[in-house]
Amino acid sequence: MKFFRSHVLVGINETSIMAGVQDFIKALRLELAKHNLQEEINILETGPLGFFGRGICLSVYPENINYQDVKLEDVPELVSEHFLKGRPLKRLMLDDGGKFSPKLNYSDRIVLRNSGIIDPENIDEYIGAGGYEAWEKALTRMQPADIVAEVKKSGLRGRGGAGFPAGVKWNFTAPIDAPQKYVVVNADEGEPGTFKDRLIMEGDPHQLLEGTMICARAVGATQAWIYIRGEYKLCIDRLQKAIDQCREYGILGKNIFGSGFDLDIFIKIGAGAYVCGEETALIESLEGNRGNPRWKPPFPGVEGLWKCPTVVNNVETLANVPFIIQKGADEFMKHGTPECTGTKVYTILGDVAHPGLCEVDMGTTLRTIINDYAGGMKKGFRFKAALVGGAAGVILPDKLLDVKMDFSSLNQYAAVLGSGAILVMNEHQSIVDILWSILRFFRHESCGKCAPCRNGTQQLYRLISKIKKGKGTMEDVDLMLTIAETMQQTSFCALGQSPIMGVRSAIENFKDEFIAITKSK
Amino acid sequence: MYQEICSKYAPDKDNLIYILHEIQNSHPQHYISEEAVQTVAEYLGVPANHIYGVLTFYTMYSTKPRGKNIIRLCESPPCYIKGSENILRKLKTLLDTEVGETTKDGCFTLELCACLGVCGNAPVMMINNDVYGDLTEEKVEEIIEKVRRG
Repeated sequence: MKFFRSHVLVGINETSIMAGVQDFIKALRLELAKHNLQEEINILETGPLGFFGRGICLSVYPENINYQDVKLEDVPELVSEHFLKGRPLKRLMLDDGGKFSPKLNYSDRIVLRNSGIIDPENIDEYIGAGGYEAWEKALTRMQPADIVAEVKKSGLRGRGGAGFPAGVKWNFTAPIDAPQKYVVVNADEGEPGTFKDRLIMEGDPHQLLEGTMICARAVGATQAWIYIRGEYKLCIDRLQKAIDQCREYGILGKNIFGSGFDLDIFIKIGAGAYVCGEETALIESLEGNRGNPRWKPPFPGVEGLWKCPTVVNNVETLANVPFIIQKGADEFMKHGTPECTGTKVYTILGDVAHPGLCEVDMGTTLRTIINDYAGGMKKGFRFKAALVGGAAGVILPDKLLDVKMDFSSLNQYAAVLGSGAILVMNEHQSIVDILWSILRFFRHESCGKCAPCRNGTQQLYRLISKIKKGKGTMEDVDLMLTIAETMQQTSFCALGQSPIMGVRSAIENFKDEFIAITKSK
Repeated sequence: MYQEICSKYAPDKDNLIYILHEIQNSHPQHYISEEAVQTVAEYLGVPANHIYGVLTFYTMYSTKPRGKNIIRLCESPPCYIKGSENILRKLKTLLDTEVGETTKDGCFTLELCACLGVCGNAPVMMINNDVYGDLTEEKVEEIIEKVRRG
C-alpha cells in the first residue's frame, strides 16, 4: 500500500459539478505534478462532505482543514501554500477565519457516517468501513423474524414524513405466505426544500442497498425496486454502479453467501409527480399508470406492486437499518428520545449563515440546529419563522424555537416533522407570500382523483391570491381554514390532507399579518 | 422510429414510462406525438386513452412540440423566497416568450417546475440535463447566451 502525506477529499455532488469540479480536479492533479507532489498528496473523489459549503469543497486530512468555494484560479496558490509550504490558505477556509466552524459530529451519525469519508463509487471502501457486515449477519446468523424483532425493538420510524414504525410495517408483510413479495424504495424525493435522500444516495449508495437487502430478507422479498426521480442523475449513476458491484461480488444474486436466499435490486425512474411520494401512487406509477393513490385497505404490505405484498420505505429509513442490525437496537436507541429513537437528517435553507445538511439526534431543538449546525442567522437578519417539513409542513414562529424536533413533541403543537426540510425566514419576509407559494405548489400537484383536493387546492390558491393582492377580508381567511379543514377530513390521500398544516400554522401564529393585509384594502 | 424504440422493451405496461421517456428524448422537438401514442398503444395492447392519461399526468412529458433546449425553472417555496419570480421575469424578457411556450427561433422552451432537490443553491433551473444554481439576473443572461451558442 502507498502512503501519502495528505489526503484531499473532494466532494462530488450536484453543487460542485455545477461549479466545474471535474476540471478543477484535473487542474489540481496537474499542479501537484508540477511541484512533484503527486506521490505525496492523494486526491480522493467522494460524495457530499460532512458539511455543506458553497461551490467546490475540499477536506484535507490529517490536517482536518475544510475549504469551500475553491475556484480553478485558486489552484496554484492552494498547492504552493498548503501542499508545498504547509500553510493552509485562510481565505478559502470554511470556518471563516475561525468565527464559525460547523459541527462535524461524525461520532453521532448513523445515516451519514460514511458520507464524505469514503469513495461512494468504490464498494471496497464501503466494505472497509464495516459495510455489508450487517447483511452477512442478517443472512447467515439471523432468522427473518429476528430481524423484524430487532428493527421493531429499535423503534425506527419512517423518515419520509408520516413516521410510521418501520418494524410494524415489516411485520404486516413478513408472515404472509405469497409466491412473490417486493421491497420498494421510495426515492422520489419531491418535498420542496428537501434533498436529504439525494445526499444520502450520492454520499453512500451502498448503505441504502444494504438496508434494502436486510429489509428484503426480513419480509421474504426476492426483488426490490428503487423508484427514483429522473432529475437525480448522479444518484442514479452511483446506485447503478453500486448494484453492479454487488452483483459482481455475489452480494446480490442467487444463493447469496450460500444461504439459499436470492435477491436482486432494480432502479426505476419516475417522470415527475409530487403525489408519487404517496406509497400507493408510487406503486401505480411503477406499474405504468397515472400516479393516482389507491384505496386503502388493502394496504401495500398485503396487496401492493402487481398485487403482491410490498413494503415501501423511504431512503433514509432503510439507510438506518444496517446500523441497527450491525450494532444492535440498544445502540441505536442511545440516540434520540424514548418515543422517537435514532437520528434525523435535516436540510437547512434560507437566511442562515451556512445553509446545508446535518444529522442530529431526534429531539434536538430547532434553536440548536440553526445555531450550532447552520451558524445562526445570516449577518444582519433576525429570525422570523421557519417552514419545517416542506410544503406539507408547518410555519413555526420564534416562540417555538425550543420545541424538541421529533414526531411526538411536534405533534403537541399540531406540527409535523415531515421530511426534515427547514426553511428559515427573516423578519422582512411575508408569511402571506410564503403561504401563497405553498398553495400554488399544492394546486399544481393535486392529482385530481378526489374532489376535496382537486377543488380545495384551487379555492385555497384563489383566496390566498386575493389576500396577497390586498383585496381579501378576514372572512376569506376564515374560509381558507374551513376549506383546508374539510380537505383534511375528506381527502383521499395525504396530499389533500396536508395544506391545513401550513394554512393553520400561518394564520394562528401570524394573525397580525393577515389582519394588516386585509385591512389595507 | 417509434416501433423501433418500443421493440427494445418487453410489451408490458410497466415499461410505459420508459418507452415514453425514450420516445420524447429521441424526438428533435422533445415531445410525444399522437402517432407515437397510437404506436405505443398497439405495441402494449392498452387503449390509447390510457397512454394519453399517463402522458398528461407527469410533468416531464409534453404533447406539444418544444424547442431545442428546455428550460425548467423551479417555482417551489425555497426558490420563491430567493427570488425565482425575478428570474422568471428576466427569462421572459430575454427570450421574448411566455411560460409553456417556445421562442420564435425554436431554440428554447420555457417551463416552470416543482422542486428539483437542489434547494441549497436556490434559485435553481435546469436546462436539458444540466442544473444551474444561485441564479441572478446577470447570470441568467450569461447562461442563455452560452446555451444559445451551443
